[in-house]
Amino acid sequence: MSQSPAASTLQPIVSLHGVTVAYGRTTVLHDVSLTLPKGSFTGLVGPSGSGKTTLLRTLMGQVVPVRGQVRVNGTTVGSGSPPSRIGYVPQLETVDWNFPVTVEQVVLMGRIRSMGWQPWPSVADRALMGALLERLGLATLARNHIRELSGGQQQRVFLARALISNPWLLLLDEPTSGVDVKTRNDVMALLHELNQQGMSIILTTHDLNSIAAHLPQVVCINGRVVAHGRPDDVFSPQILSETYRAPLEVIRHQGHLVVIERDAPQPSPAQQPVGSSQ
Amino acid sequence: MNLMEELWRLLIEPLTFGFLQRALLGALLVGAMCGLVGVYVVLRRMSYIGHGLSYAIFGGAVVSTVLQINFYLGATAWGFLAALLIIWTSRKRIVGADAAIGIITTASFAIGVIVISVLRDFRADFDAALFGNILSIREGDLIAIVAVAGVIAVLVFVAYKQLLFTAFDPEVAGIYGVRTGWIDALFALMLAALIIVAMQVVGVTLIAASLITPPTIARLLTNSFPRMMLISTLVGAFGGVVGVYASWYLDWATGATIVMTHASLFVIALVYSNLLRPRLLQRARPTGERPAPAKAPPP
Repeated sequence: MSQSPAASTLQPIVSLHGVTVAYGRTTVLHDVSLTLPKGSFTGLVGPSGSGKTTLLRTLMGQVVPVRGQVRVNGTTVGSGSPPSRIGYVPQLETVDWNFPVTVEQVVLMGRIRSMGWQPWPSVADRALMGALLERLGLATLARNHIRELSGGQQQRVFLARALISNPWLLLLDEPTSGVDVKTRNDVMALLHELNQQGMSIILTTHDLNSIAAHLPQVVCINGRVVAHGRPDDVFSPQILSETYRAPLEVIRHQGHLVVIERDAPQPSPAQQPVGSSQ
Repeated sequence: MNLMEELWRLLIEPLTFGFLQRALLGALLVGAMCGLVGVYVVLRRMSYIGHGLSYAIFGGAVVSTVLQINFYLGATAWGFLAALLIIWTSRKRIVGADAAIGIITTASFAIGVIVISVLRDFRADFDAALFGNILSIREGDLIAIVAVAGVIAVLVFVAYKQLLFTAFDPEVAGIYGVRTGWIDALFALMLAALIIVAMQVVGVTLIAASLITPPTIARLLTNSFPRMMLISTLVGAFGGVVGVYASWYLDWATGATIVMTHASLFVIALVYSNLLRPRLLQRARPTGERPAPAKAPPP
């Protein structure tokens, strides 16, 4: 398994034992057991409604399981007590882009735990924010309204908000959704860099090919854990079809795994790219 | 007599009356506080709550008077519980926020109406509560307004970051350690207390306008949260004072005049932000530079 060097220590950052989560009478996660070591970089994949976001919310203490135990960095996650040192990047679709906040105001929200009831950020908080914005290439945009940024910049703003809390575990919900290929690659490169520095990362995505190309570890979910391991081992037509309940094929192209829909509508001959490779 | 002297006379003359001094101070403070708290009401997309809660509190005011409980304590407790119930119901997604507000507040208002209809010999005059009667503000009422304004100003200052984070992204705020339940309770308490003291200034029927119009004007003029709070507070206070003066000289109902002053300012802000400001920015921009496309429509 091509796991990062930081993952060498086997102490788990996340462990779930027999976790069942329900919203009312609807069970979303059933008897999930999963252990991820410190320093791991894991992608959660599965169809819409499979419980990916619910799993993240369970780790953050936002959802209380009806059964089972959740531990993050050795501490049991209980009701109403979010574990400290977790950074969270929500889906960009959930953000109110019309809210009157600037880049720096959003990023400083991530320091709220350490700022306590002090109404304004300290000099140290502002210095930390400045360094982080510089690192993420956002320094010149600090005073801009969040709506004025590109999709990639917006993604980095919310990543900066998560990172300024100096987390052990970074959770990202669909970080590559709705962004172009370059932005996706930039985001993934940045996450790899953070992982190399020892940060444990879990992200959800629908982009199977991005997971196959970038992530050392993947968990397939559909109400339960269908499979867990390296993409090379997990991305098989059987496992993916079981996860998505749709026919999927996996081919290897120039050393890379490529997942394709078996019954996807084919382009007309006039739309076929010239010299398509096989 | 030149124009300036005439204007000065118009400004000073009402101040010779004690009841108008109290009315102006009350309108200034209530307008400012409605503008300040209204920022959170508007940004949390709970504009309807101000309207609904004022009706709910009317029920509490009637019951408090009938049971001879202190009006401020009884109505505040009633309004606080109604606001908490609304926020809790909508947060838990038991029903939509609009439906929760509609049901809880109309039921609460109906209790007040039933009490009045049952006790037919009940002489209390609730016209002031419904339509406002700022000119009858007594010293005790003014003390209550000053106290509520002071407490709200302190709470907004101290819990500024928590209120901002909870309004922007309540779920993520909880993850970062903000006790959103407590912040919601604080917000409900501030809103209930403010509506009770605002009741006499603008009346139950017009409170929502004082809570919604100033922050909406501010939002049209700025993209910065602290600046929005400042502008909304100033617009609220300005509209309150101008409304009292205008109602005095025009002999119009005071609460309605305050609301119409805010509405007029809204029209001016709308014209400025949509017609004048883009042209001014266009002129100020160097030739060839194009404005960055906005990703979302203006508010």
